[in-house]
Amino acid sequence: MKICVCVKHVPDTAATIRLTGETGFEDSVIKFVVNPFDEYGVEEAVSLVEKHGGEVVIVTVGKAAAVATIRGTMAMGADRAILVKIDTQFLDSSLTALALKAAMDQDGLPDVIFTGKGSVDTENFQTQYRLARLLGVPVVNEISTLSIDDSKVIAEKETDGGERQLLEMELPCVIGVTKGLNEPRYPKFPDIMKAKKKEIREIDLSELGIDASEGRVVIEKLETAPERSGAKMLEGSVDAQVTELVRILKEDEKVL
Amino acid sequence: MGRIGILIEVENNAVKETSLGVMTAAAGQEIYALVLGSETSSVKDKLAEYGAAKIVAVTAPGDFLSSPDLQSLAIAASVKEYDFEALLGTASVTGRDLYARVASILDEPLVSDCIEINIAEKTVKKSHFSGKIFASLRVNGSVLICTVRPNTIEPKASPAAGELLEFTADVVDPGLVKIVETKEGGTGKLDLISAPVIITGGRAIKAAENYTLLDACAAKIGAAVGATRAAVDAGYAPHSMQVGQTGKTVSPRLYIACGVSGAVQHFAGMKTSKVIVAINEDKDAPIFNKCDYGIVGDIFDVVPALTEKL
Ligand SMILES: Cc1cc2nc3c(=O)[nH]c(=O)nc-3n(C[C@H](O)[C@H](O)[C@H](O)COP(=O)(O)OP(=O)(O)OC[C@H]3O[C@@H](n4cnc5c(N)ncnc54)[C@H](O)[C@@H]3O)c2cc1C
Ligand SMILES: Nc1ncnc2c1ncn2[C@@H]1O[C@H](COP(=O)(O)O)[C@@H](O)[C@H]1O
Repeated sequence: MKICVCVKHVPDTAATIRLTGETGFEDSVIKFVVNPFDEYGVEEAVSLVEKHGGEVVIVTVGKAAAVATIRGTMAMGADRAILVKIDTQFLDSSLTALALKAAMDQDGLPDVIFTGKGSVDTENFQTQYRLARLLGVPVVNEISTLSIDDSKVIAEKETDGGERQLLEMELPCVIGVTKGLNEPRYPKFPDIMKAKKKEIREIDLSELGIDASEGRVVIEKLETAPERSGAKMLEGSVDAQVTELVRILKEDEKVL
Repeated sequence: MGRIGILIEVENNAVKETSLGVMTAAAGQEIYALVLGSETSSVKDKLAEYGAAKIVAVTAPGDFLSSPDLQSLAIAASVKEYDFEALLGTASVTGRDLYARVASILDEPLVSDCIEINIAEKTVKKSHFSGKIFASLRVNGSVLICTVRPNTIEPKASPAAGELLEFTADVVDPGLVKIVETKEGGTGKLDLISAPVIITGGRAIKAAENYTLLDACAAKIGAAVGATRAAVDAGYAPHSMQVGQTGKTVSPRLYIACGVSGAVQHFAGMKTSKVIVAINEDKDAPIFNKCDYGIVGDIFDVVPALTEKL
């Protein structure tokens, strides 16, 4: 079985994002990681291949620095990778999907494609759907339980109100995954060393015939979200505090 | 005045509050409320009250309700049929899934989880980097497709005609994905993403059964109950209750955090809540720097007292 995992290189969620200019941020000073949701996809792919044989290929569209992130997934057990190089963190989702498809077309189409449920930097929640549409294959998202046998896939997702849906489809398909699916492994030292020797093929976006400037969603401005400046602390006995809180919530804030 | 299609979410024969908020985001426009399936009578009055000029029962031949592909093909066809200027919906699990399919089918841009929308200008605002940054985006498509973060827009009544229409899309099910079973949540608890008020218990809750303390408080004010990752990992709560970067993103009117330290990854999922209250025994807990009202105290004393006063 050949499995591709789409992995995005994103700032660590604990990092402070310092903006520069209207639409930029300081990315050389902060730590980048595998998009947390994509990590569940890497783990799932590696354990499927451990069981059934095959290979795991990571596909990333990102800056040159994404190599470090890709090495992390290789230490988890991915076999090789393709990095489609761009010079922005903010490529339009439609173009990202085109790039992912073009890279997979060149490499040979996989039986399964894993993605995360969404990226934690731009929170677009759509690349996997666009990729599936381009490939003409089924797509499901937010999957937390999965079984794949021969050509049939049964996937379970939690929908609104705690309801759970069982979805059925055939391979090849695109599966967007989320927490609950598995526990991503921590690579051991020998695996980290082995990962250094694995192949990462780099291609420029333009070599795939895609123009980064043709995105249709254009960032006009980034601004730091206003932070709350600190709580108004309530005082007195427990009884006095909750009485005052309820009054504030009802009368001042009108949220009750 | 443009024509705006809005996907309406219905639960137990009633329109979800979050869908009414999306209608309010399109106030002043000619709103077409799109209801999947043929049953519109139970929701007609509510939709008319909140501004629907037309209420469209959208269906397609085939096993409509068990095929997300067929549903999205039908919604995509309705965009062409009625020539919508914008297509709005809720950034719920269902709304996000269907709209990503619709945008892919139409090959139009999509912006998920918007907190502000300007239909005339085709600009939107949304969170980037887990709520740390707001991005203003221009959307250059022929139809503006967006999902709106639940509860960011307070529903306001604005009566309109509410004329009933039926649209049966001329599309064929590609037979890609089939919903074979739907299991009820079974807990009878409110949906976190759309809940107007949320009470969350962190690691301090100490045991699964102690959530009954929060359940009692929640029941009094129609709130949903959430958990932190620490509480989930300790086995006190199921993952479906987790709020935060790897859990759910919520934006209620009121968020009450009980025994929660205030980690960035937790805030990533709830920082756009309108009012945040924290109850924590440690006066130096980081959460007090990032919330609106704070009570220093033991949750096992404060929460029952609060429940009684509500
Ligand atoms: C990649 C990544 C993703 C993550 N995703 C999430 C996520 O989605 N959601 C999430 O929540 N976290 C997430 N985390 C974890 C996050 O960093 C914190 O560890 C977690 O939020 C802490 O949970 P907590 O506040 O319940 O526990 P703690 O940090 O242990 O805080 C407990 C608090 O309770 C107080 N307390 C204790 N007893 C009492 C009492 N009796 N009465 C009152 N107060 C009391 C303490 O003073 C303390 O402040 C993630 C972390 C990483 C690295
Ligand atoms: N630049 C990228 N490179 C590789 N995979 C990506 C990229 N952007 C998005 N993806 C994949 O698509 C999923 C959804 O991303 P998004 O649509 O950006 O929320 C992510 O979890 C990744 O698996």
